[in-house]
Amino acid sequence: MSSVRVLVGTRKGAFVLTSDGKRENWDIAGPHFAGWEIYHVKGSPLNPNRLYASQTSGWFGQIIQRSDDGGTSWEPVGNKFVYDGIPGTHQWYDGTPHPWEFARVWHLEPSLTDLETVYAGVEDAALFRSTDGGQNWSELSGLRGHSTGSSWTPGAGGMCLHTILLDPKDPQRMFVAISAAGAFRSDDGGTTWRPINRGLKSAQIPDPEAEVGHCVHRLALHPSRPNVLFMQKHWDVMRSDDAGDSWHEISGNLPTDFGFPIDVHAHEPETIYVVPIKSDSEHMPPDGKLRVYRSRTGGNEWEALTKGLPQSNCYVNVLRDAMAVDSLDSCGVYFGTTGGQVYASADAGDSWNPIVRDLPPVLSVEVQTFP
Amino acid sequence: MIRIVLPAHLRALARVKGEVKLDIANAATQSTVLDALEARYPVLRGTIRDHVTKKRRPFVRFFACERDLSHEPPDSPLPDAVATGAEPFMVVGAMAGG
Repeated sequence: MSSVRVLVGTRKGAFVLTSDGKRENWDIAGPHFAGWEIYHVKGSPLNPNRLYASQTSGWFGQIIQRSDDGGTSWEPVGNKFVYDGIPGTHQWYDGTPHPWEFARVWHLEPSLTDLETVYAGVEDAALFRSTDGGQNWSELSGLRGHSTGSSWTPGAGGMCLHTILLDPKDPQRMFVAISAAGAFRSDDGGTTWRPINRGLKSAQIPDPEAEVGHCVHRLALHPSRPNVLFMQKHWDVMRSDDAGDSWHEISGNLPTDFGFPIDVHAHEPETIYVVPIKSDSEHMPPDGKLRVYRSRTGGNEWEALTKGLPQSNCYVNVLRDAMAVDSLDSCGVYFGTTGGQVYASADAGDSWNPIVRDLPPVLSVEVQTFP
Repeated sequence: MIRIVLPAHLRALARVKGEVKLDIANAATQSTVLDALEARYPVLRGTIRDHVTKKRRPFVRFFACERDLSHEPPDSPLPDAVATGAEPFMVVGAMAGG
């Protein structure tokens, strides 16, 4: 029988939600690592029982946990994230040079091809890789060492590398996104990188079309067509049809094009999802109505999905890593809120139900599908 | 013998209950005590002090004998009562947060 496992990271621990393929009744396990911020939990596509979790704390720093039994038991692995060479500086909020300082791991991305390889996107923005199941970490310093690196600046949430996309058709190609530097691509397995921000326009920076400096909130791709990228930017929903070489806006009829997550239907590469948020100064749904917007045309034409979602007095946010899709025949869509709700749709967004309502603020949601 | 009291999160991480008791060969200082603690429980590396610089994390404090030793040089001798095990060396998460 098919089933799904939803991995939820929150401000106060991790939760594992499981259901059969109907996705109506759920078992909820957790909190794991109670009291710690869990920025991200993700499973290996090669062995779904291999999970990694980023456990972090303002007091006690960074821990990486690994499970080899699907989240029932966990073991701490390596937590030593040291920048390669002399770290140098990036630009601070006040424009002065600021030393690169490791704060936490925002995102963990297990390799598509090697079970023991996993990538970590960290704050201050850098990309690390482990080839021994998380025990030891090395920086892929060609990214931070890019000639623009010293000019990168933090967004309000810190200067974080929050998105890592691995190209399923080209093992040498990967994409990352950094707030607030922009999107970058490597075509040589992470050794060298180049900014891929042409076409982005950000009124919040001195040169709105600068090579770097854009606050990219999230990237997404469909595995069958990895040259097509979708982006939720600080403002604007964007699309690239050439692996990021150029971008065009697809915000279309969205009520607001500010938001954080963006994701793609598991079986329909032109069907995408966003959660519009009122503005950069009011991180809440417009009019108190929590609405997911779906485009079945690859952007520009959007429909509001509201059935089962609160349509009054709702002022939660949905953070950038807090949306995911499963790959059952009827694609499931999931997202978590800063109010602690995790919503699921078993019909590609047509209708929604809360799996759980009262978790701590949700930082991340990932889904594993067992067909 | 040195007695160490860890905060709840680090006890959970190290999977210990109650105080940690360590014998150390050298003079009892913050550095020697923490070196011995991390050798016994490698999972605590990086949680109390920086992996590389060995600098105390900002929201971690060291108390003993009703004194705050957080700002003492890490190689200064700890109080005799800590060195003899009469009093514990306390690793404390600073009051902060929500």
